[in-house]
Amino acid sequence: MTFLEYLETRQEHLLELTIEHIVIVVEAIVIATVIGLVLGILTYQTRRPREIVLAITGTFLTIPSLALFGLFIVWIGLGTAPVLIALVMYALLPIVRNTIVGLREVDPSVVESAQGMGMNRVQRLLRIELPLAWPVVIAGMRVSTLVVLGIAAIGAYINGPGLGNDIFTGLARIGTSTAVYVVLGGMLGILILAVLFDLLYVLIFRLTTSRGLR
Amino acid sequence: MNESTNGPAKIRLENLVKRFPGQAKPAVDSLSMEIPEGEIVILVGPSGCGKTTTMKMINRLIEPTSGRIFLEDEDVTKVDADQLRRRIGYVIQQIGLFPHMTIAQNIATVPRMLGWKRDRIAARVDELLETVGMDPATYRGRYPKELSGGQRQRIGVARAMSADPDVMLMDEPFGAIDPITRDRLQNEFLRLQAEMKKTIIFVTHDIDEAIKMGDRIAILREGSHIAQFDTPEQILVHPADDFVADFIGRGASLKRLGLSRVHDIELSEWPTVREDASRSEALRVIEGSDKSSALVLDSANRPRRWVAAEHLRRAGEEPLGSIGLPTDAVVQPHATLSDALNEMLTARYSCAIVVGNDGAYLGIVDIDTINDAMRSMRSVERGRMRDRLIGEDDHATEVGE
Repeated sequence: MTFLEYLETRQEHLLELTIEHIVIVVEAIVIATVIGLVLGILTYQTRRPREIVLAITGTFLTIPSLALFGLFIVWIGLGTAPVLIALVMYALLPIVRNTIVGLREVDPSVVESAQGMGMNRVQRLLRIELPLAWPVVIAGMRVSTLVVLGIAAIGAYINGPGLGNDIFTGLARIGTSTAVYVVLGGMLGILILAVLFDLLYVLIFRLTTSRGLR
Repeated sequence: MNESTNGPAKIRLENLVKRFPGQAKPAVDSLSMEIPEGEIVILVGPSGCGKTTTMKMINRLIEPTSGRIFLEDEDVTKVDADQLRRRIGYVIQQIGLFPHMTIAQNIATVPRMLGWKRDRIAARVDELLETVGMDPATYRGRYPKELSGGQRQRIGVARAMSADPDVMLMDEPFGAIDPITRDRLQNEFLRLQAEMKKTIIFVTHDIDEAIKMGDRIAILREGSHIAQFDTPEQILVHPADDFVADFIGRGASLKRLGLSRVHDIELSEWPTVREDASRSEALRVIEGSDKSSALVLDSANRPRRWVAAEHLRRAGEEPLGSIGLPTDAVVQPHATLSDALNEMLTARYSCAIVVGNDGAYLGIVDIDTINDAMRSMRSVERGRMRDRLIGEDDHATEVGE
């Protein structure tokens, strides 16, 4: 059996795992973006809180994923929930960081003129600062997505969803005839997803960023 | 310092103080002044004198430490700052256009916050674009990055005027623009202001800009202390003290030339001849004058050529309109004496030809004309000054009795 033949016989199974993978990655990114934006907005103007937030989210990213998942078995148990929490933790840093950088890079004279025209704090944030920081935030989301796509695979170690399941299954059966194909199938799915997500971000950027900023 | 102002005060500052934390001296130290309605009042002074801080306290971008601000006799020191700012136009040097919004959206910012109807906003945007000389159909959908520096500045001014505020604050609005464009924008703005009659507070560090733009100039020293608050003419002729004199710098006379216009002075004569006249007639005109050339005018009295005696003596049958030298250095009556002088310096016969709006010859300006004008201005000022001193003496005696 060739690899292509293998893919053909397992298409439905692979598609199912791919969809699971997409769902958990999208969920993690959406939650991380909401948390990241809130943390970024709350801290970008004050030095100490900003440093603390960046230090903590930075530390998350350095924890080996296998170790974190292992600890989560003890604290939370098996399944989707601990995987999702871990993925959100890994996705936070690029998003928080870019939110802070994006907001801090907004030209102060633009904000001053907005204030001078009578925009209150919330109006300034929603109408001026966030739209101007948005391209930078999107770049952060894009990095987080790539990071999380790979780490999500490890989630299968604690019975998480997605393509990681085939990778672990295959690795456990190394030596049998199709084991390598099983592992490669899962990896290929993740690679294809990485390319597709990248294209998706190009599209999102086009749709959500003002022509005046491109 | 307590120079009486003609119009009613539009803005009144009362003992305004701003003390920034960690600074020994207050940035603004008990400033009181009245800004008359419909005038451009310039705050000018060396950097760090507190002029920008003073201006930003008026729309409360900087909250005063103490003192009060009155806008049309209403104490606005404690009112809602955002509401206050929507009533006051604000233009800064960096302009601060919103790069992610179109020109129309930029201009519509304040009207939108004030809850105007859509079609009223759209009409207002087009009207303002016309006002600042930009075609609405071409520009309303563009983004700031697609405009030149001068155009952005125009939009900045249009945006500040969008809700038709009575009062405008301008912080070095033409500071970041190349000199030629700056000059044009300043002139445009003065023309606009002649119609709008808004009350404008204008901050600059450039005394020349102050003299050009101001109906009244407040020269500030450290701590926003007023060194002199007066009309540009008075400041140039009678600087209150050495600080003001230093700040104006040398060349106060040259600066005065920028305040008088050609139509304010008596023009000199130059021999003229019609272009259909004969050569001998032209020669007679020149010989009958103390000049070495005549100015050839066409049938509508427009200056055409300079013709000197040697051109006429040279052989040839061409009409007067095609011999001699082309006319240079032509100015209009609303040009300043400084413009005229500038033209004159490069002109062939050391004089500037003055023509009316229809291009018809009115007379010439030469160095003697300007000299006479300056001398008579000085004697008028001296006379006014003397009258005032005598008046004060009378008053003093009355009080004494």
